Amino acid sequence: MRALVWHGKEDIRCDTVSDPEIEDARDAIIKVTSCAICGSDLHLFHNLVPAMLPGDIMGHESMGEVVEVGSGARHTLKKGDRVVIPFTITCGECEQCRRQNFSVCERSNRKKFLADKVFGHATAGLFGYSHLTGGYPGGQAEYLRVPFADSTHVKVPDGIPDDKLLFLSDILPTGWQAAVQCDIQPRDTVAIWGCGPVGQMAIRSAILLGAEQVVAIDCLPERLSMAEAAGATTIDFLNESVIERLNEITGGKGPEKCIDAIGTESHVTLSQPDTVLDRAKQMMLLENDRPHALREMIYVCRPAGVISIVGVYTGLVDKLPMGMAMNKGLTFRMAQTHVARWTDDLLRLIEDDEIDPSFVITHKADLADGPEMYRTFRDKQDSCIKVVLNP
Amino acid sequence: MNALANLSSHIARSPGDPKIVRSGPSSLSGADRLARALGWFSIGLGIVEVIAPGAITRTLGLQGKESLVRAYGVREIASAIPTLSFDKQVGLVSRVAGDLLDVATLAPALRPENPKRDNAAIAMALIAGITLLDIAAVTAVSATHSAGKGRRRDYSDRSGFPKGKEASRGLARESFQTPRDMRADLAPRPRLEAIEG
Repeated sequence: MRALVWHGKEDIRCDTVSDPEIEDARDAIIKVTSCAICGSDLHLFHNLVPAMLPGDIMGHESMGEVVEVGSGARHTLKKGDRVVIPFTITCGECEQCRRQNFSVCERSNRKKFLADKVFGHATAGLFGYSHLTGGYPGGQAEYLRVPFADSTHVKVPDGIPDDKLLFLSDILPTGWQAAVQCDIQPRDTVAIWGCGPVGQMAIRSAILLGAEQVVAIDCLPERLSMAEAAGATTIDFLNESVIERLNEITGGKGPEKCIDAIGTESHVTLSQPDTVLDRAKQMMLLENDRPHALREMIYVCRPAGVISIVGVYTGLVDKLPMGMAMNKGLTFRMAQTHVARWTDDLLRLIEDDEIDPSFVITHKADLADGPEMYRTFRDKQDSCIKVVLNP
Repeated sequence: MNALANLSSHIARSPGDPKIVRSGPSSLSGADRLARALGWFSIGLGIVEVIAPGAITRTLGLQGKESLVRAYGVREIASAIPTLSFDKQVGLVSRVAGDLLDVATLAPALRPENPKRDNAAIAMALIAGITLLDIAAVTAVSATHSAGKGRRRDYSDRSGFPKGKEASRGLARESFQTPRDMRADLAPRPRLEAIEG
């Protein structure tokens, strides 16, 4: 089969690889009909996530048709089922899964020894996201082996196109959880840093959950235009002060709820000197992440407010103003998304035409063009916001 | 050692995972590969300049400038770091600036009374060649990765709300409740609302 394979920093290739096979009774194989490149795939592209190996298959946003089912998964799946595959692999039985904390499933990470050493405790296995999270081959491929398939799938109805359903795998529930973690109240102003695909979904989620005002922060005109389309007030941080504008918008009090939809790779610009210092330290392996947005939201968030982090961080961050956060009494909520916790609600919103997530797709291409699309997406060329690949 | 061996065995790929049969074209462009080669060249040259500055100054007839050569070695390594990163332009521009410094430092060694003048001339020719490669790499990398490439588009018609953005505000509140473990706003709202009227 064809698959997008990681060969090293900035080196993705569309290789021919051997087909996946059922390895465990709970496995299933799906024929991928659509998959997408996620913003967090760029952290792998930049080799910022440890424990990738040349030969690893990329991709954690995919959907398709079940073509083979192990004997232990036949009670929930059968050949021909149409499924979206959540990026978090879940056993459905451990204590964390029973609590619906699916992204910290205790049993699905097959590299538990390694993850225990690095994170203190292993988190869930993820598709195509380094050996720290299990080293599972990803879904930017023609076929995908789904471990724990009896619980790691979302069955979706026929009659709704892939483009509307694919993002149930990651960015829609991630944006949704970002907003849910804020516990949005009708009077709230929600400020969202980053208008990439997850930021766009967080904007829509905050509006659906009733925020009085949503403020979207980015520097790319095409992304800001997409944020405005949903009704967000926008701030271009290269042309105006985020702090001054947010204070102005909120009568000097600051937003009650702040969402970090950026994570490890804040934009680097001379007008924000800490971003340059972070980048220099990151290059010399003195710091893993560039947390400029996080510093900014701790500064501007209203006291007793909430900071919701869904942008991916990979390791150590420097100069985080914890004194400020503690004295302001901020609440931090963060996690990889507990995808399966939200998919029933989100599928219903899609079926009821309350949201159409396909708005975010700006580029569609064949899987063979994947390596080039990684570059286009990373370099923000051709106003690229979201790439969908068809194997 | 056991712990290390155990760790490395856990990073290894699992036996059942798909294996590469045939490799396809890379996302790395020719410009990226040139930048990478120049970055590794910088590392090599930098290490030699730091470790053996005396050998370099003797070869070029520049005795007495060992500290300067060592400092240039550190500069080479420093410019290699961004050149080998995904911010190649920064590293390559710093390499071009370094090339000009090298030319200025080497120029006095071309004087007729320097017995190693021929070596200095060869070194100067090499630096000129490397400078041209550095300039070519900066130009190619900038052209390949420019964010301005392609159309600039406006997405202001993409709300994602089939029912319209105003009708969508708060639509999900009717059927969705924040789970108990994610409730954050525990302030006594009714009292706050009473205060604010």
